Order: sequence, then structure tokens, then C-alpha cells
Amino acid sequence: MTTPRPTHAPAAPAEPTRPHTTTEPTATTGPTDWPLWEVFVRSRRGLSHTHAGSLHAPDAQMALRNARDLYTRRSEGVSLWVVPSTQITASSPDEKDTFFEPAGDKPYRHPTFYEIPEGVHHL
Amino acid sequence: MTTIAPEDTGQEALFDATIAADERIEPRDWMPDDYRASLVRQIAQHAHSEIIGMQPEANWITRAPSLRRKAILMAKVQDEAGHGLYLYSAAETLGTGRDELLDKLHTGRQKYSSIFNYPTLTWADVGAIGWLVDGAAITNQVPLCRCSYGPYARAMVRICKEESFHQRQGYELLLTLSRGTETQHAMAQDAIDRWWWPSLMMFGPPDDESAHSAQSMAWKIKRHSNDELRQRFVDICVPQAETLGLTLPDPDLRWNEERGHWDFGPIDWTEFREVLKGNGPCNDERIGRRRRAHQEGAWVREAAAAHAAKHPAHPPHAGTDQEEAAR
Ligand SMILES: [Fe+2]
Ligand SMILES: [Fe+2]
Repeated sequence: MTTPRPTHAPAAPAEPTRPHTTTEPTATTGPTDWPLWEVFVRSRRGLSHTHAGSLHAPDAQMALRNARDLYTRRSEGVSLWVVPSTQITASSPDEKDTFFEPAGDKPYRHPTFYEIPEGVHHL
Repeated sequence: MTTIAPEDTGQEALFDATIAADERIEPRDWMPDDYRASLVRQIAQHAHSEIIGMQPEANWITRAPSLRRKAILMAKVQDEAGHGLYLYSAAETLGTGRDELLDKLHTGRQKYSSIFNYPTLTWADVGAIGWLVDGAAITNQVPLCRCSYGPYARAMVRICKEESFHQRQGYELLLTLSRGTETQHAMAQDAIDRWWWPSLMMFGPPDDESAHSAQSMAWKIKRHSNDELRQRFVDICVPQAETLGLTLPDPDLRWNEERGHWDFGPIDWTEFREVLKGNGPCNDERIGRRRRAHQEGAWVREAAAAHAAKHPAHPPHAGTDQEEAAR
């Protein structure tokens, strides 16, 4: 499960835009159809880039310009990433349960798991 | 498109449970073929309406009465292009490419809202479209922000945020005309007279004749019936028209104490069906212009693709973001 940043997934993770069961572009792509890009917007300094949507563009530079016109017409962003949609690897929805299961039985990873006597502060 | 029989895997049960829990279906989830097809049909028609809808208003950009009005109108028309693109992207998550949808629009196999087949005869029509057409669209679209299909719902959230400026600029424009000279006031009234009934038709046929309504409601694609939303719109508009100092062209319009709603007169569904069939005043002009724009833009698309092929992986600029992303 990779996202543009190796360390943190964006708040709204990108979906590969065609569903798993579809054969890739050939079926619907005409001769002049540009590749699809996923757009990530940092809305202001101090926040992560968040998935905003996707668009078609012939290359990265045009994708950035189109993303500016499409997703930041009202100053919604101070920084943009565009990523070719084909470059996103996503976890499979079919293995949803098993894939995320390891975290399910570890409540001790949360601070609320622990009982602390009343009157103990700053803990 | 679905390859695995749902009963083998419990996927259908998972889908039903997700809908029942009011959670969102996301692109790679299993979904019934009809759910997918319904969404593609609705989202496509919606996307087509956004981009065809640019034409009647763009008609007045060069003749806007002031720089302020011109800048506003350009921003609005540009927004509509953006709305079309958000929606084509949403349809694309269902496995249907934008070029396939455009092709269906250009060849008349998919429809757009019948409202855009009416002409914009005067400057006041820009106001009437903003107030009534965008207003009706907002009434339709606000509940779609909670649609069961995630990408469609997210597109609608973005669109609804932008639509409220569209409606307000139209209302302000009409108010200015209404309070202007006698001729200006009459121009505003004439625009309302022509746009009121077509706007009510935007909510679609009455509930008992609406082919897809029940299933769409069960799937939580739609949240309210056509008639319910139409009534809501009428109730909102009546007091707004009063403030404008303009009248809605319906002699049967009166407050119904018992229902707590405004009663309104019968809608001419024959006209609706005729316009839908292609016999409206501007059907040929709208689709003709759309096709021409697509054809005339072909060389731009090809040139950009050729340029991209010549400069593979051309870095936009050695920006800090890319470096940051790479770290
Ligand atoms: Fe719109
Ligand atoms: Fe609009």
C-alpha cells in the first residue's frame, strides 16, 4: 500500500481510478486521451497534502497547471502534487479484513487502555 | 464487469450492509452491475449538463454591462467547466472513461438537462439562470452530497460549495434590474416568466412516472423524490421573488395552510418531453457547438500529446515538493 509519501498516507487515500476488475485503459481510451493523474493539495502550511481528485493531462507540467485551475480556483491550496494514477498501488478491498486485522486486537496501543489512579497528572 | 458471483463470497451482503449502515461505497468495492450502471448514467448526464450549461451563459460574456459583471460571469462559466470535470472523474472511478462519455454525448446516446435547450435572449436571463437554474440545481444537489457512492458525493460537496456564489450573483443581478428603470424591471420579469416553468421541470417527471427513482432511493443514490425536491424549491423561491419585486408566472400559486406548502399549477410535461426528445428551441445548436468545439480542439490535444511524447518525464520544475515527496 504505497502513496506518494512513503511515511504517511494522505487523509483521503487515493483510489486507483479504474476498478480492479476492469482491464486497463485500452477498453475506453481513444487515441488522443491523455493519461490520468491524481491530484493532492496542501491547503495551507503545516498540513499534509490531501487527495483532491483526478484529471487528464498530457504530461506532468500540464497536469500541474490543470490541477491549479481545477482544484485551487479559490485559493484552496499553497502546494500541489500530481501523480500518474497508474503509479498508485492500493490495498485490495477483498482482503480488507485480513489485511488490517493485526491492528484489531491490540487495544494496548491506545493510551485509553491503561488505568491510572485519580490525581495523577501530566500522564 | 463483475467477475465473481456475489453469493459465493458474501460480497452482496457486504454491499447491502454498507448501504444500510449509511456508509459509502468506494470505487474498488464490489457493487451490483445495475448500481454501477445507474451511477454512470446519472453522473454522465450530470457532467454533460455542466458543460453544455456553459453555452447559454457564455453567450453574454462579451456583452456584459460592466467589467464587474463580466468577471463574475466568466468565473461562473469557468466553474461549470470545473464541475463537469469533477463529475467525469467520478464517472471514471466506475470504469467509464471521459472520452467514452463525451462520445455518447456527441452522438446523442446520453442526455443533458433539458433546461439548457432554452435560449438566453436578454442580459436578464443570466440573472434568471443564476437564481432559478442554479437554485434548482442546488436543491437537487445538496442531498447528493450524502449519496452512497463516495466519489460522487465528494464531487457534489465541492460543487455545492461553488454553486452558492452562482445563485447569489444571479439574484443580485435580478435585484439590480428589478430596482432599475422600468425597462430593466420589465426585462427581469420577462426572464422570470420564461425560466420559471423550465426550472420546475429540472426536477424530472412526477414521482409516479419516474422510471429510476425507487431503485435509486433504495440504493441511497437519491435521498428525496422529484416531487419532494420540486416542492422544496417552490417554497424557497416564493418569498425570494417577493423580495425581488417580481412575480412568478403561476396564477395557481397560493399558500396551503393545511400542507404547510405552496400549491402550484400543473406543469406542461408535453413540453418537457418534446425538449428532451430534441425538439427544444436550441437542442441542435447546443450539441452542434459542443461537437465543433471538440473537433476544433483536436489539434491542441494531439500537439500536447506529441510534445509529451518528445519530452518523457519532463520534470515540471525541480521543486521542493518533489524532493519532499521523494524523501
Ligand atoms: Fe455547476
Ligand atoms: Fe452553477
